Amino acid sequence: MLESIIQGLAGLTSGFEFLFTQGLPNIIMLCIAAVMFYLAIAKGVEPLLLLPIGFGCFLVNIPLSDVMHQGGILKFLYDIGIETEIFPLLIFVGIGAMTDFGPLLENPKILLFGAAGQFGIFLALLLALALGFSKVEAVCIGIIGACDGPTAIYVTAQYAPQLLGAVSVAAYSYMSLVPIIQPPIMRLLTTDKERRIRMALGKPTVSARTRLLFPVVVTLATGFIAPKGLPLMGMIMLGNFLKESGVVSRLTGASENEIANVVTLFLGLAIGGTMVGQKFLTVETLGIFGLGFVAICVDTAAGVLLGKLMCALSGGKINPLIGAAGISAYPMAARVAQVLGHKYDKQNFLLMHAMGANTGGQIGSVVAAAVMLSVLQGMKLI
Amino acid sequence: MDNFTFGITMTVVGTGATFFILGILVFVIRLLKTAFPLSLPTEAEQKRQGGGA
Repeated sequence: MLESIIQGLAGLTSGFEFLFTQGLPNIIMLCIAAVMFYLAIAKGVEPLLLLPIGFGCFLVNIPLSDVMHQGGILKFLYDIGIETEIFPLLIFVGIGAMTDFGPLLENPKILLFGAAGQFGIFLALLLALALGFSKVEAVCIGIIGACDGPTAIYVTAQYAPQLLGAVSVAAYSYMSLVPIIQPPIMRLLTTDKERRIRMALGKPTVSARTRLLFPVVVTLATGFIAPKGLPLMGMIMLGNFLKESGVVSRLTGASENEIANVVTLFLGLAIGGTMVGQKFLTVETLGIFGLGFVAICVDTAAGVLLGKLMCALSGGKINPLIGAAGISAYPMAARVAQVLGHKYDKQNFLLMHAMGANTGGQIGSVVAAAVMLSVLQGMKLI
Repeated sequence: MDNFTFGITMTVVGTGATFFILGILVFVIRLLKTAFPLSLPTEAEQKRQGGGA
């Protein structure tokens, strides 16, 4: 009788026993979850993502938690949404429905900033290879430089699921840190005169038919050249096509609200579920965060340098600051360019041009990922 | 394929193809804008709309 009582009590205390014997990684991860809560609630840093990710991390690191075991709630969400890649793709439908490509269509050449804004991907990839990551892992780490959470998750979940937690948290963290990371680089690479260049807003030139055909044409063009990226580009353009068609306001509304919100919650929880202390707290994770930081700095520098080149070629009509908005962090990067330009000239309004470059960055990040996947497939590595 | 060759190949092909595809898109957008220009309402149409309001 006494023995069975002791056995029963042991069942209640096994969590504490685990915590005090081998639970140090869990304690550290619980602290990391607390930091995510703090950043999301007190600082407003990507709360839609950091809160569910933090809570998933919190749940999975409670000693002897079985939420990520077969049949557990987070494992279920992971299996149905991340392993199948459905969640990031559904989020892309919402992003497409929310994005206005109008400023980009008004001035198409600024789409090239979206290509320059992907340079960091390739430098991070080279550095990851030098640090000993495998080829496919290096590609997944490089994609943090796309500054595009869903793309990073889509690629990593498919080809390096063991890195998913670190890559996705790094991608979203750096997206939210864009207003802190970018300005010093933008100031360093531009002169006072360049920062004051005003860019006039011309008369509207884009017809409703052009807006409607744009998502179809982009899907066709990118799908032919880099078909491995078709799910990504197809979903973002589907969302935009719904919006521009003007006849399915319920579907557009559902894509940008209900679907995007529910999927964001489930996606965040499932990603948090991958952050088990014993697997997450490694030198690899630190390396991934470092490489992601380098990638975003290089993206910014490349965008500004292309901006300087286009400024020179256009006879000083393009403010190089908008080049930094060629990354996918929408609309933070565009706001950074506007705020910095406005700081040096109170009559300077770069926002619409920067928005154009920023939406170009969204397309550029998906194109870069699609190209890398197609090249990997060409090399028979995937 | 060794890591160095892979990295350089990916960088050259990746950046090149990304610029190429986006360059094509710039061209395609210009074509679309030429094929379907924005038709602003004429002054007479604007007056008619104003009068009807």
